[in-house]
Amino acid sequence: MSEQTVSASGEPGSRPGRSISEIVIRIAGNSQDGIQSIGGFLARLAGRSEQEVMTFMTIPSTISGGPSVFQVRIGSGEVLSAGDEADVLLAFYQHSYEGHIAHLREGGIVLYDSDHVTVNEEWAGRFSHVGVAISSLTIEAIGGTAKDKGKNIFALGLLAKVFGLDTNKLLKLMDERFGGKGEGVLQNALNAYHAGYAYEVGDLLETFHFLDSTRRDKDQVVCSGNESLAYGLIAAGVRFGAGYPITPWSDIMELLRRELPKYGGMFIQCEDEIASVSMAIGASYSGGVAVTGSSGPGISLKSEAIGWAVMAEIPLVICNIQRGGPSTGLPTSVEQSDLNIACFGGHGDSPRVVLAPRDVEDCFYTAMEAVRIARQYSVPVFILSDQAIATRIEAFAEPDLSALCEEIGPDFTPVPTHRPYDLSPEDGVSPHVPPGTRILDGKYPVVTGLEHDEMGHPSGAPKMHMAMTAKRRRKLQKLASELPLPEIQGPDSGDVLLVGWGSTWGPVSEAVNVAATRDSSFTVSAVNMRHLNPMPEKLGDLFDRFQNIYVVETNDGGIYGYGQLCMILRARFCNPKIQGINKTDGLTFKVREILDAVSDRMALAITA
Amino acid sequence: MNDQNKSAVAEPQDRAPVTKKDLTADHPTWCPGCGDFSVLAFYYKLLTKRQVPHENVTTVAGIGCSSRFPYFVQAHGAHFIHGRALAFASGVSLSRPDLHVFVFGGDGDAFSIGGNHLNHTARRNIKMTYVIMDNYVYGLTKKQTSPTSPIGFKSKTDTWGAKDRPINPMKQLISSGATFVARTTHTNPNHLMAMMEAAMDHDGFSVIECLSECVEFYPGAFDKSNPRKGGEFHEVPADHDVTDEFAAYRLAAEPFPGYFGIFYKVNEPTKNKNEADIIKASSAKFVGRKPAEILQQSFNRMK
Repeated sequence: MSEQTVSASGEPGSRPGRSISEIVIRIAGNSQDGIQSIGGFLARLAGRSEQEVMTFMTIPSTISGGPSVFQVRIGSGEVLSAGDEADVLLAFYQHSYEGHIAHLREGGIVLYDSDHVTVNEEWAGRFSHVGVAISSLTIEAIGGTAKDKGKNIFALGLLAKVFGLDTNKLLKLMDERFGGKGEGVLQNALNAYHAGYAYEVGDLLETFHFLDSTRRDKDQVVCSGNESLAYGLIAAGVRFGAGYPITPWSDIMELLRRELPKYGGMFIQCEDEIASVSMAIGASYSGGVAVTGSSGPGISLKSEAIGWAVMAEIPLVICNIQRGGPSTGLPTSVEQSDLNIACFGGHGDSPRVVLAPRDVEDCFYTAMEAVRIARQYSVPVFILSDQAIATRIEAFAEPDLSALCEEIGPDFTPVPTHRPYDLSPEDGVSPHVPPGTRILDGKYPVVTGLEHDEMGHPSGAPKMHMAMTAKRRRKLQKLASELPLPEIQGPDSGDVLLVGWGSTWGPVSEAVNVAATRDSSFTVSAVNMRHLNPMPEKLGDLFDRFQNIYVVETNDGGIYGYGQLCMILRARFCNPKIQGINKTDGLTFKVREILDAVSDRMALAITA
Repeated sequence: MNDQNKSAVAEPQDRAPVTKKDLTADHPTWCPGCGDFSVLAFYYKLLTKRQVPHENVTTVAGIGCSSRFPYFVQAHGAHFIHGRALAFASGVSLSRPDLHVFVFGGDGDAFSIGGNHLNHTARRNIKMTYVIMDNYVYGLTKKQTSPTSPIGFKSKTDTWGAKDRPINPMKQLISSGATFVARTTHTNPNHLMAMMEAAMDHDGFSVIECLSECVEFYPGAFDKSNPRKGGEFHEVPADHDVTDEFAAYRLAAEPFPGYFGIFYKVNEPTKNKNEADIIKASSAKFVGRKPAEILQQSFNRMK
């Protein structure tokens, strides 16, 4: 909790309670308790209040039951991660209390359901404990015997009171959420909320209010990374998709299945991963840019068909919402261990493009860029998101849709002649001509996975394979030459450069901010890499300006001591200063973990 | 797309009829005497008879001897990966109702590596015509046991003779939910042509098993169905009710050479139609709106 000013409560014109600029609230319960729902309300409220918000959640991979946690960090200033430690722990059960107290900062507040939680005396002195009989008061407020239903909303009322949240906005959000579900449902929610709000916490706990946000001028939208990515695909003109359910990718297919028909498109749920990638490729062949997606194991299954799209030069977008692996692994935890399969997961020399969004907002723009590249270069493009970005909710500036939205109308205008694998352009780019296009010289193309000549007919000639392999590679080299260098946060040369990608960017970026406030013997800067394959051509020059380069990744250091991106960067630049900071606990990096690792490495580097 | 070329060219108004010559591309790589030549010949004949606009024919195949098909047809084509041609073709058919989608493949593609896709493409009733050129052997890889190889067939992977019971293609196709199931053979040209025409006219997923002899690795496999080789060719009885699933199974249960003709044919909504209906219902509120405006509504709900 960051305090900025302390206003005397009760002063005329001022709001009661202590002023704060940000707060981290951790809500722990079971998965069926509606934990995600309180978190969602808080996040959307923050978005509508022009505050920054970042959430973090874990959901057990079982359908019902099992511990669940939602952490929300709301701030009047910039919020880059979900926060290392919570200021407030809202615990519904004994296991939630005991399991999450370690995430609470010293002196933090435990708000617990006294119907289910017994206070541990050892912790009583270290944290402020406030017990409220949430379960029984909820039943009292809304009646009925429905087991514990509505206690999440009661707790929301309680939090609203403690943190001086805008009740009118919250009620409107509830109306939007529950209004369509019938009068009774909404009324119950409102009753529970008001009961929580009316509960006299004043005697037990001081109250707070947020400082006005200083940095927002545009309308904000609040959504998850998966939603942002799916809408980005739609904005980019994708009108066909095919997939198979797997966590945490499924949200995207559900959204596209529901939304695409509004735009005249469709999303097909297939019998398996292979069918879905194949169907998407068939649709792309027919003239659009289609999408398929999955998470870890499903990507392995799609590999052969993706190789075909590389060979046949058909545009395609593949979303990989990474989770812990290998095999079924950790289905609901984050890991960035699919970079290798994205870049190299095909037999043969099969160059493809790999992009990674760094946060929820970036999912939208990365999706748009993926579609543009796929189309322009007739190549499969991976969007490598991850569980942490996919499931968390953030508020971000609303995109200018009317300026951004693209339409991909296939062009069936007759052409005099067409060579699908024309070798003459120096950059190797030979656009796809879809079926339905009349070719006036009567020579029609075959798109194929066999090595081929310029017309797509089989050719195993040594020279042809050399020329075609080079063609497929040159397209990516051309792309690399056009990619912008990532922006440097912090000094643009110096001692330490942190390299983040995907969900490590938030804590990496915050680590740079924190490091800047500390009195340190070394400088810390950072870049985020969206373009992982190919990389921007001049990236090496940027690296040359730093003494130590640490690639922060949620994956294993591997047999040789370097994580997946780190290994690629070392191979690419032969720069021994490139080292890795890795972890494999299935959780996003904490800012402190990054700073500690940097300090350790620098101490070693200095003594050496 | 090649925009510069396009703007300079006007489409000729008069179109000469498509001839077999127009449709002929590479010389087939098949062995002399291969049954697949008949299927190719009657595909040309079908397209010239029906005069489908040349550019609207799309020929798709997986992997195998028969799957080389698209190279031999001068039309838009795709030579996809082993077993997945139906999934690819589904993407083409669903997104492009203006195209005539034909898929050609062998018994390995259809019943082994691609078996699951056959079931699901059939039950979805996606509009296309699928011709399975069944030779009872893996030919391209030089004589391994196939899912339709009969018990006792000696291959390089069953030198003592195949032990696994073969798939009964007709039973499998009927139970998959295909709405048009027919059986023919490369040695009876008129019958083959009739089946291809009926399949093309079917509004839905139409599938033909065409016995197609591999003269190299399983010569004589289908002699019992060829009167010229002393066999018997029995057409499906005239009184067979093609909408009667059980009657179709009974025909399918006959031992080789069995029956030839349409075993099963019903009209069910195609997935193409179902999806079009979903689009119609979902987009009704947005008629005349630009995509950005439709998307804006979704973003408004996230504020």
